[in-house]
This record gives sequence, C-alpha cells and structure tokens, in this order.
Amino acid sequence: MQTVENKGFVRQLIHGTNFDADGLSALQKVTLRAVVMSFLFFGLVAIEGMIMRIVQTGPTNSFLPKMFGVPDHYFSIMTVHPIVGIFGSTYQLVFAAFMFLVPYLTKKPLYSVKLANFVWLCITIGTALAWFAGFIWHYAPLYTLYWPLPADVEQFSIVGGFVFVVGVALIMIGTLGFIYNIYATIFARTGIHANKTTKELLISGFGIDGLMNLIHKLLGKKPYSKEPALSLPVVAIFRGTVDTFLDALVILGAGILVLIYLIAFSGGADWNVHAVDSLLYKNFFWWGLDLVADGLVLIYVAGSWYLLATLITGQKLFMENVARAALLLELFVSWMVWSHHLLADQPQPEMMKLVSGEMVTAFELLTQGLALFITLVTLWKARPLKMSPELAYLLGGLVGFGLAVPAGIIQADMGLNRVLHNTQWISFAHFHIALIVGLYMTLYSALYVLWPLVTNNTKLFSKKLTWAHFWLYLIGGVGMGAFAGMAGLDGMLRRHLYVNGEFSGWMILAAIFGSMVLIAWFLFLYNIVMSVGLKGLVGIFMPAKNDVAGYGIEEETAAPAKA
Amino acid sequence: MFQTSLELLKFHWMAYTIYALLIVSVIVWFGWNLTRKERVKSAVRIPFYGYIAFLVAGGVGHHIFTYNTIPWVEQDIKRHDITPDKKFEIEVAKHRWTLPAERMKAKQGQKIAFEVRSSDLTYGFGLFRKDGTLVLQMQVLPKHDNYMLWTFHECGKFDLTSTEYSGPDEYDEEGHDKMLVKDALEIECGPETRVAMNEKEVK
Repeated sequence: MQTVENKGFVRQLIHGTNFDADGLSALQKVTLRAVVMSFLFFGLVAIEGMIMRIVQTGPTNSFLPKMFGVPDHYFSIMTVHPIVGIFGSTYQLVFAAFMFLVPYLTKKPLYSVKLANFVWLCITIGTALAWFAGFIWHYAPLYTLYWPLPADVEQFSIVGGFVFVVGVALIMIGTLGFIYNIYATIFARTGIHANKTTKELLISGFGIDGLMNLIHKLLGKKPYSKEPALSLPVVAIFRGTVDTFLDALVILGAGILVLIYLIAFSGGADWNVHAVDSLLYKNFFWWGLDLVADGLVLIYVAGSWYLLATLITGQKLFMENVARAALLLELFVSWMVWSHHLLADQPQPEMMKLVSGEMVTAFELLTQGLALFITLVTLWKARPLKMSPELAYLLGGLVGFGLAVPAGIIQADMGLNRVLHNTQWISFAHFHIALIVGLYMTLYSALYVLWPLVTNNTKLFSKKLTWAHFWLYLIGGVGMGAFAGMAGLDGMLRRHLYVNGEFSGWMILAAIFGSMVLIAWFLFLYNIVMSVGLKGLVGIFMPAKNDVAGYGIEEETAAPAKA
Repeated sequence: MFQTSLELLKFHWMAYTIYALLIVSVIVWFGWNLTRKERVKSAVRIPFYGYIAFLVAGGVGHHIFTYNTIPWVEQDIKRHDITPDKKFEIEVAKHRWTLPAERMKAKQGQKIAFEVRSSDLTYGFGLFRKDGTLVLQMQVLPKHDNYMLWTFHECGKFDLTSTEYSGPDEYDEEGHDKMLVKDALEIECGPETRVAMNEKEVK
C-alpha cells in the first residue's frame, strides 16, 4: 500500500484516491456491485445484532426504544438477521469473489455478465423483501421454519409470510443463476480448456484426480494426472457449488410448501398442517440447510485458504493431491451430517443420531483440520513473509475456524447436546465465530488480495485504518462469541427473550465486544469510500464502457461467452 | 465421572477455555515466526500422520469419553428397555402446558420418564435450576411421542419452560415468558445428597 496525498476531506470523499470507475471492465463492475451491496447488508446485520444484544441486557438498558423488546418486533429482527447476514451479505460477497475468480483462474471469460448482474439484483431485492416482511408485518418464524410454525396464521400475517417467502425464493433464484454461471464458465471449452473433455473437467472438479494420484503413488504407479484440468481453488468452488445447488433446491422446496399453505388459508381453506410430518420436514430442511454450513462454507473456505496461501507466498500448495482428495471426501461428509441438528429430537432414530449426528460429523474435524494444516505448512515453507493485511486476515480466519469447528463438534454429542442444544453456546461460540471471524476474515483477506485486480490498482486511503479494522474486528468478534457463548453454558437459550436481565453480565460484555465489530465495519467502510470516492461508488453502478468478461487474457477472447 | 449437568458444564468450560487459549497462542506464535528472518527451530515436530491420528482420535475419542462419563447417554439410548420408577405425562398446546393433576414430585436417584405431546407446534421441554442453568431438555415435535428418561442426581425444585421458539405468543406484551412454570418439578433429596452434606459438615 502506498501513501495517499492529502486532498482535503470533501475532495477526498468525492473523488477518492485514484479510482476510475470508467476504466473498469464489465466483470470488474459486476463484482464490485455485489461487494458494495454485501457490505451494506453487513452493516445492517451488525446493527440488528447489537439491538438484540442490548435488549437481552434487560433493565440495564435504558436508551434503546422499548419497541425492540416487544416480542413480535424482537423475533422479527431475529428472523431476518440470518437472512440478511447469510444471504444478503455473505452469499453476495462469496458469489462476487467467485464470479471474478473463476474467469481469472481459468483464463476464460465469465459465461454471462448479464446473468451475474441478475444474480446480485435478485439477491438484493429478495433480501430486502424478506427484511420488509419482518419490519412491516412482523413475520417471525425464524430461519429454521420449523413446521408448522411458518404456516401458523393465528400468529403471523399471511401477507407477511407471502412477502417473506417470495423474498427468500428470489434469493434462491439468484443463487441458481450464480451456479449456472459458474458451471457454464468452468465447462466452456475455450482458452486453456479448448481441448479438455467434459469428463476430464468433471473428474478434476470432484477431486477424483487427486485421489487417483494418491492411490497411484501408494501402488508405485505413474501419476494419474500430472496437470489437473482445474486448479485447486476452482475445484473447491466447483465442489462447494454442488452443495449450494442442493441447498437452494431444499430451501425453495420448503418455501413452496409454506406458500401453498398460505395461499390456501388466504382463500379460506381449512387445510390440516399436520398432513406434513414435522420430523420428516425437519430432516429434509436440515439436510439442505446444513449444506450451507458444513458443505458450502467449509469447502469454499478451504478453497479460499488454498488460493490465498499460494497467492500470498507465490508458491505451490503443500500436499495438493491430499487437498483435492479431501474435497472429494467432504462431498460425502457434508451430505451425511445433518442429524447433529436433531440430537435433541427423541423420535429421531438413534442410529441416525449416532452415525450421522455424531460419527460422520466428527469427520469435519478431520477435513477442516487438514485444510488448516495444509495452509499453515504452505505459509511456513515460504517464510520469511511480510505481515501484510491479507496475511493477517488469513491468520485471523484460521483462528476463527480453529475456535468454531471444535465448539460445534463438542456439541454434536448426545451427552453434551442435552444441555447445550439451542443455547447461546452453539449460536455464538460456534457459528457466530465461524462466520464473523472465520469466514469474514478469510473474505477480507481475499478482498485485499483481489483489490488491485478488481479496482485497477486503486490506492487504499489509509493503511492505519486497515489495521485498526483488523484488530477491532478480530478482538470484537472473538470476544463477543466467547462471552455470549459462556452465557449459553449458564443456560441462556438462543431463541428466547429475556427482559429481566437474567444474563445481563454476559450480555453487556458481548455488547461491548459486539460494538467493536460495528465500529470496525464503519472504519472499513470509511476507508473504502475514501479510496473509491462517492463519484466512483456511483460509477460502479453505471453501465460498463467495455464488456470484457475476463481478466488477464487477450481482449478479443475475453468478451462474454454468452454474447 | 459426572453426576449432574452442572459438573459437566464446569469441566467443559475449563477444557474449552484452555483449548481456545492454546489455539490462539499457536496461531499468534506461528504468525510472529512467519515474519522472522532467522531460521526458526521448531519446538515440536508434528508428523503428518500423527496429526491425522490426533484428529481422528479427538473426533471419535470425544464420544467414547462422554459415553463413559455422562450417565444420561447410555440411559437415553436404552430408554425404551428401561422401566421408569415414575412417569409424568405432559401435554402442550397454544403455548400452555397441561401438567399432571398432582404436582410432579420424585426422589433423587429415581428413574423418571417424561412423555410430552404437542398438538400444534414444535416446542422444547426444558428443566432449569433456580440459578437458570439447564438440567435437561428435549424437542417436542407435534403429533409425535417425545419420551425422555432421566435420573436426577441432585435435589431441589426445578422450573420448566420451552427451549424451542414457537412464535411470539409465548410471551406477553412486555416480553415475559408465559410458558415458564416455576417449581414445576420437585426432587426430594436422597441418601446421595445426605452423604455429601454430612461430609461437608465434617470438613
């Protein structure tokens, strides 16, 4: 990062450093549009989180308007919080990064920039609709949608439910658009893949070549494939996207079910909600939803670590074949672990609890542990390294998953689940740390690595702000997760309203550290806005002057494949 | 090894805190050494297969450990083959519990069965100590038999509430939990506690 000349506040705010929106290609613009929306939603989700923390401090809080503690309002915030956080923010950021990275890594143009624009618009509108369903109609069945709660028209407005489901459906349609774009780009037989067959690309995409290489090595044979068709990060994207697809189908399916009942009720029909078995529904829903956490996130993250480690060090990945084979293993693991969400459900067959809920789930310790090991050794072999922001954020991401994965595995146990299920332990010590610290710090690292490529070497406004963001975010994220997680050990439930300050001590501490995350977000946003300028920010959303859909390849071959 | 969830959670708190401090320290140490120009001598050399074995042992061993140290795991798996000393049948609908006509009482050390049925939504059946810590819980799925067997190794009065969200109607306008039943269950102290109390007095 270079020093930025002092332009004066207003001039800097309007013009940024040296960002030129007109010089961006169609691919760069569509990437940045999704990134901007992602970080705006991140701010919203951080504010929502802080509101909930403050409500839970009880009578200690005297400044927050009382309406936030009214059950209808409180639980509508809790319902939209993960929708905005996971889909509006995380999905958008991940999709933006991958729709840029796949063309960049495969040296092929993105299949369709139009489709990429459709994706971020769909997800943005869908997230906004789901948010309005909570804000205006107080539709609050939570993201878990445990049947028949989402169709409980005695508690919720039919219009609210309708708007919510349409919003989520739009998000899933956008997701399917992303999936199509990614696979169409990977399977396009142009550039370096002009002579590859679909079979070769499929074998490489599933990591089968890595496994075959390992087997051949054990048998003393020649390598199965010396030059895999797809680079390892693309394999991770390919693999993770399988789970993204299945997850989208399941959520869409659940949405259609809710919608059918809501339409029937609005027409005066008296349908029996118990015609749909609650346990079967729960299994179906968690099978799909768990693919987000245990398939998509872990695989995408592992792929991102491998990419970042190689880009930061400029060296080959350590044990690449093992990493490829591990991604194949994760394919089966991620499809078979959903039962750990049903360990407290007594009608769930014991064998499913034992095999899927405990044993296969424990395998995630192995797959994620392997990814951690491979990343650390790759970095270690390249030392000495400069402690750049991208490296620091990558290490932060490793800390996040190093803390969060065992916290989840501990709970995926029939003994501990009895006292930890649905407590703040799982909410904070596990998935908030996994998302806020593990996933987001990995994504920040990717952002700093990709920043020069996506913005045509725009100088960042302030290095000090970058580091301030790093430390505030890391300490705030870990602190909030740790203290709220401790409240879970003291019996604090995660989907419960406490208005008497029963756990106020832990909640005050969690709120203090949570506010550090919020401040960190503000500093990050300020740094970015001062770098690109308001003019540049608007320019990102203006039509691109060149329709190049690739990066680092000849312009004539980089036009969108669809065009 | 563990008799109550309180003992288990204390152990869990300590073990996880030590682990968390360890993993954070390792990454900080790692990051610091990444930037050093002089060649670093590894304090410990971890062979790859040793690391894999450690992860597998950790994942599998954790369940073996809890199965052998937490009394309710085996009892829960074999619950349909065990005859309870006492059985309480509870119903729940429209965010209200219907508890047995007689107050739920039992003795410490007795095997108690809870059979909870919901006719509308998914709830949770959770018993809490007076300090708010969780003793036990299960999900209550509508139109299913939700059956749990539990041996109380502690005595006192326990509060009941739903551990699963079932909509905002669980609360009144001010946010108070309408499903909270104070002193829903009373466990009379048995010889186990008396022995413990006598030991305390002697000390």
